[in-house]
Amino acid sequence: MTAQEIRTHAIDINSVLNNRTKHQGTNEVSIKVEDLKLFYGQKQALYGINMEMPKKKVTAYIGPSGCGKSTLLRCINRMNDLVDNVTIEGKILLDNENIYDKSVNVAALRRRVGMVFQKPNPFPKSIFENVAYGLRIQGINDKRILEETVENALRGAALWDEMKDRLNDNALGMSGGQQQRLVIARAIAIEPEVLLLDEPASALDPISTLKIEELINELKEKYTIVIVTHNMQQAARVSDYTAFMYMGELIEMGTTSELFTNPKKKQTEDYITGRYG
Amino acid sequence: MIKEWFKTGSPWVWLNAAAVSICLIMIISVLGLVAVRGASHFWPAEVLQFSYQDDDGTVQPIIGEHVDSSVTPAAMAKANGIKMADNEDVLIQYLIKTGNRDVTGSDFRWIQERHIKSQAVPEAIVVVERREWGNFYGHLTAVKESGKVIASGEAAISVALQKLAETLVVFKDIAHLEKKEIGAVNYDLERLRLKQKGLQLRNQWDAQAQTDWAAEKAADDAQYHAYQAQLQGLYQKVRQHSIMVKADNGKELEISLAKVVRLYQPNQMGVFGKIGHYGSKLVEFLTDDPREANTEGGIFPAIFGTVLMVMMMSVIVTPFGVIAAVYLREYAKQGFITRVIRIAVNNLAGVPSIVYGVFGLGFFVYILGGNIDQLFFPEAAPAPVFGTPGLLWASITLALLTLPVVIVSTEEGLSRIPKAIREGSLALGATKLETLWLTVLPMASPAMMTGLILAVARAAGEVAPLMLVGVVKMAPTLPLDGNFPFLHLDRKFMHLGFHIYDVGFQSPNVEAARPLVYATSLLLVVVILGLNLSAILIRNHLREKYRALEG
Repeated sequence: MTAQEIRTHAIDINSVLNNRTKHQGTNEVSIKVEDLKLFYGQKQALYGINMEMPKKKVTAYIGPSGCGKSTLLRCINRMNDLVDNVTIEGKILLDNENIYDKSVNVAALRRRVGMVFQKPNPFPKSIFENVAYGLRIQGINDKRILEETVENALRGAALWDEMKDRLNDNALGMSGGQQQRLVIARAIAIEPEVLLLDEPASALDPISTLKIEELINELKEKYTIVIVTHNMQQAARVSDYTAFMYMGELIEMGTTSELFTNPKKKQTEDYITGRYG
Repeated sequence: MIKEWFKTGSPWVWLNAAAVSICLIMIISVLGLVAVRGASHFWPAEVLQFSYQDDDGTVQPIIGEHVDSSVTPAAMAKANGIKMADNEDVLIQYLIKTGNRDVTGSDFRWIQERHIKSQAVPEAIVVVERREWGNFYGHLTAVKESGKVIASGEAAISVALQKLAETLVVFKDIAHLEKKEIGAVNYDLERLRLKQKGLQLRNQWDAQAQTDWAAEKAADDAQYHAYQAQLQGLYQKVRQHSIMVKADNGKELEISLAKVVRLYQPNQMGVFGKIGHYGSKLVEFLTDDPREANTEGGIFPAIFGTVLMVMMMSVIVTPFGVIAAVYLREYAKQGFITRVIRIAVNNLAGVPSIVYGVFGLGFFVYILGGNIDQLFFPEAAPAPVFGTPGLLWASITLALLTLPVVIVSTEEGLSRIPKAIREGSLALGATKLETLWLTVLPMASPAMMTGLILAVARAAGEVAPLMLVGVVKMAPTLPLDGNFPFLHLDRKFMHLGFHIYDVGFQSPNVEAARPLVYATSLLLVVVILGLNLSAILIRNHLREKYRALEG
């Protein structure tokens, strides 16, 4: 057996253990990243990342600009496939299935792993059609089902009370904070398992940011959430686990309280105390 | 001092403003000239009566409209062989439209100002607009019914107008009968002829087919004869009445009312009368067929042909260009080959249009059309169906001509769509195709419309290639009519641009046709403006609907 094979076996055993723990109600793993390497052309952006993200918890990625945290996030729903000249090695397991397997249907994967981007990107359609977009793609055109799902999604994104009378207005007429919550509603309308948030509050004012953070706290009851943020206070406020990345490597990962109060690595300590980045 | 003035930048601003002003002045003067000359053509000019002394001393009356004046220096006039007195510095001449081509042989005549003894605007003068020989200017003397005088003198004009109105109503029936009913029968007879030939070619010309065919033919023939008899009756009716008129040189002639389009006394008209006349001439111009080698009457077939051709072109070029642009921008791997293709597409836009015409004639008409004829219309041989210039080939040739602009502007539109929107759609589990159809293409639709606007503007004004692939001076039938299959893609058609060229430069009576050239030019500009404006309205609506993310 080569080292690689041994590791694969070990993982298999791990997953069996994980399945067992599911019944015991302890933290089960939703996403597992194994030795992930990513290259943009010749340039390597991620160096062998290994981490586990537990189910229905919020995991935050922090680190200075260009450290690869967004790149890593975009690997989880294979958004990086769209970039030319990208090569990805390693595995990401979602419920023990490698999403980089050849047999995986990327569109179906993205339905399971929703994503919200840095800048709100509603479609130039009505609010209703924005939220119904994912369903229509799945061929659901029944008006009753659509209306029900849109209402639930908007409620889930704390937008229903503001918007219930304006469902047919163009989404581009909303404020930035509303747009970002609309995009979250659009993502949860198709009931994904995982929500990826790529600096979701960086383009928003403080009040909208607060609303988004409150929303994240509510959403984690139903979804596994991974959030990339520049703002360490935000990471401390919203996340259960935090991963610190630097120069394409995962330096340290642990529960948020532990990482912020008692970092094990010097680099982490330097970063969270503001010595660089 | 000067240097400082230059530093302030105001000379530069002045220069910019001057350039813009020159552009504006040029545009306004082009449109102004065309509009004034074109629009004034239908206004009834007053008809003058001159008492004119010829070089040999005889005095004679001349009746006509003043059209133009010229001033020639005496020396130059002398050089041209005109006798000038010593105290005369210049020779002033007037161009008079005298009409009466059948009497005098020409419609226009230059007269010298110094020979005019007196000039008047007699109210009794009538202008008779005829179906042939152009206008008649002179005096109405009598109205005849079947050769007998029924009114003369003062009363003649009202009787003549009343009889003319009756005749024109019958004429409308005749035109309808000839065009619609008899046209349909002829169309069906032609279809039968081809059917017979087709059956013979396929060796299915058996007894059964022959009796069926003969029954159909007999029905058509009976129908045709019935219509002919009806037509004869109507013609008899319109030929009953005629008017007696006297020209300025005293010659009297009889004009059948069947040959008269309009009869009026311009010198008696008030402002409202003139406005009414103007309106009726304008309506005739816009809705009627041309008469007298296109120099009189309307230009409806040309308007219709232009608009229909542009629409067909749009229907062909838009999907084609959009699909090509989508492949180039969204699917093709960007690299050397796509760059070469882009350069080629851009250069295609610069190829002179006549080259497209030659290509259209050589490839579409002869090769493609010829083969279509061989395959699908063997019974029509040797007469070509699609193997001859026609609407379809003209539309396709112009579509090819305008394809580059549609491709370029669609590509530009696609490239302007934010990446965030595409990613947002893909992140919801849409495939690339779904993303394209549901978000990207609708958002790029204003850019497609921009391409179409540019294409329409170019195609509607294009004449050179059309002369090779389908436009004719005079098309007997419109390409769209009531006979199945309604849209006749194989037919030749008329076009405003070509009409201008034909009327202005190919007509036997250039002087008479010149105002019509301006009027047609004005109309062409209006048609293009109308087509563009509707496209721009659609685009603005789409822009509002799909306005991209701001900020």
